[in-house]
Amino acid sequence: MVSKYVAYVVRRVIASLIAIFAIMTINFILFRVLPGDPIRLLFRNPRLTLEQIRALERQFGLDKSLLEQFFIFLANAFQGNLGLSFFYKMPVTDVLIPRIINTVILVLPATITSVVLGVLTGMIAAWRRASKVDVIITTTAMGLYSLPTFWLGGVLILLSIYYLKLPISGMLTYGVTYPDLTSYLADFFRHFILPYITLTLVTYGEFTIILRSALIDVLTEDYIMAARAQGLPTRRILGVYALRNAMLPTVSIIAINLGLVVAGAVLTETVFSWPGVGRLIYDAILNRDYPILQGAFIVVTVSVVLANFIADIIYGYLDPRVRR
Amino acid sequence: MPGLARLAASLIDFWRVFKGNKLGLVGLAIIAFFAAVSVLAPVIATQDPYKTDPSKYMLPPSPEHWFGTNEVGQDLFALNIYGSRISIIVGVLAALVAVSIGTSVGLVSGYFGGLVDEVLMRVTDLFLVIPPLILMIVVGAILGPSLINVILIIGLLSWSPTARVVRSMVLSIKEWPYVESARALGASNFRIIFKHILPNVMPVVYANMALATSNAIFSHAALVFLGVGNVNDISWGMILHYAFASGALSTGKWWYFVPPGMFILLLIYAFVLVSYSLEEIFNPRLRRI
Repeated sequence: MVSKYVAYVVRRVIASLIAIFAIMTINFILFRVLPGDPIRLLFRNPRLTLEQIRALERQFGLDKSLLEQFFIFLANAFQGNLGLSFFYKMPVTDVLIPRIINTVILVLPATITSVVLGVLTGMIAAWRRASKVDVIITTTAMGLYSLPTFWLGGVLILLSIYYLKLPISGMLTYGVTYPDLTSYLADFFRHFILPYITLTLVTYGEFTIILRSALIDVLTEDYIMAARAQGLPTRRILGVYALRNAMLPTVSIIAINLGLVVAGAVLTETVFSWPGVGRLIYDAILNRDYPILQGAFIVVTVSVVLANFIADIIYGYLDPRVRR
Repeated sequence: MPGLARLAASLIDFWRVFKGNKLGLVGLAIIAFFAAVSVLAPVIATQDPYKTDPSKYMLPPSPEHWFGTNEVGQDLFALNIYGSRISIIVGVLAALVAVSIGTSVGLVSGYFGGLVDEVLMRVTDLFLVIPPLILMIVVGAILGPSLINVILIIGLLSWSPTARVVRSMVLSIKEWPYVESARALGASNFRIIFKHILPNVMPVVYANMALATSNAIFSHAALVFLGVGNVNDISWGMILHYAFASGALSTGKWWYFVPPGMFILLLIYAFVLVSYSLEEIFNPRLRRI
């Protein structure tokens, strides 16, 4: 049994490594080979000094063949060297790290909240399929799913300007020194609440729809029918039989859809000027800061691959069937 | 001719089932409404959306300008009406690209199996894992913002969900007895795929088409909003882009920011409703209870 699980984990590790390798290849093609060739644009940037240009040329090995350049790129990226930002004139990695932390601070609570709410309402809707409750939950979820993230954020900003009077940009009030931790946290929370609501609502809609259909699949299984026929109480059927079996697809659904959460985060951070990776991507587009764009792309995609890997590992541990 | 007659008959059959689904009808009505608006734009919007007037800087709604004006004095009502065109065109064309690729990949992968299947599904999984919007942003920022580029970028990067669904259907359909008898009679692979398997997959393809359209409309608006798409073509995303970039949003000019988002929301919602009802109608598993 153990060896089977180990073999499964090894397979997942290899698959994830292949995915990461493919992402790096796509990255290389996008940023080096396609017309436009942003790396060459590096040298047309008037902000750079001659020494920086020389260093960059050596670092990227632009005089070498494409294949050699590819391996130099891989080796550099592997060592955490993603080049220099045009705009910040700092190593991309140094710009990225604090931004990643800020994004996690926003995305993690929002994801957890939406998953918990999504499982609850998705389960109610699936159990009372085609009833009024189901129609209300489903149509609301579809409405939230259809909301353009950035527009929802904008509407909350407008509400805040006229009614709520909450801060609409950034993570903390600029240039304020805090007398104690409580006032610091209070200021942070006032900035946090609107982007958190935006991201949670949009993600919640998505999760509820998917979880509802996953749960319907479980609830139409024969053992649920059998449990119903035996006259077991609803709470027991849902809590013991259905939820346990539905948890498995839920784990992988959440992992697969992390990409959507990430997209939501980019738009939410942009609207609220939240200093995370998403806002960084927006600024990088405005500033044509390609090294940053590339670095952010790598960080985001590799994190989603890692999240999927973790989900697969958990899934394989919980459900021996997927180990094959 | 018999082909046409059969198509008409199947459409009538389809309509008979579909019209019983209230949510689907609501969605279809909204889509028809926006299609009419985009066709009749010159009739509905009497003012020229391109005409600028510095003396009309961000005016609130008035009888003359129902949705007010923007920072260069353009009539926002006309911009919103004409904006429906690009959103619908991009949504439908990008979805066509995505669903055609997804269906082809799913058919080939499911029917032939083996190494072909393995390779195609690894690629599909890769595209499922990479957050599509992020990839679209990067590709769009590099390739430049022409309309064709945006359509292709969205289409080429959103086919994987369709491929997965179609493949799993093909896997079961190809074991059905009549497909086996077609093979025994010596029908070519091409003929079996298109004549015997594809028609059974079509309902799922339609549902995916509706969903892909809603995703494409959203992706396009998001890309343009972020400044990656073409901010010169009049579209709802472009209005939102300028409302945000000009500071109209942070100074509370609601008439600039609210309407285009409302239209995007309505149109996306309509396609989601249609897709949802198609799935309800065609998925036998959902009909069981």
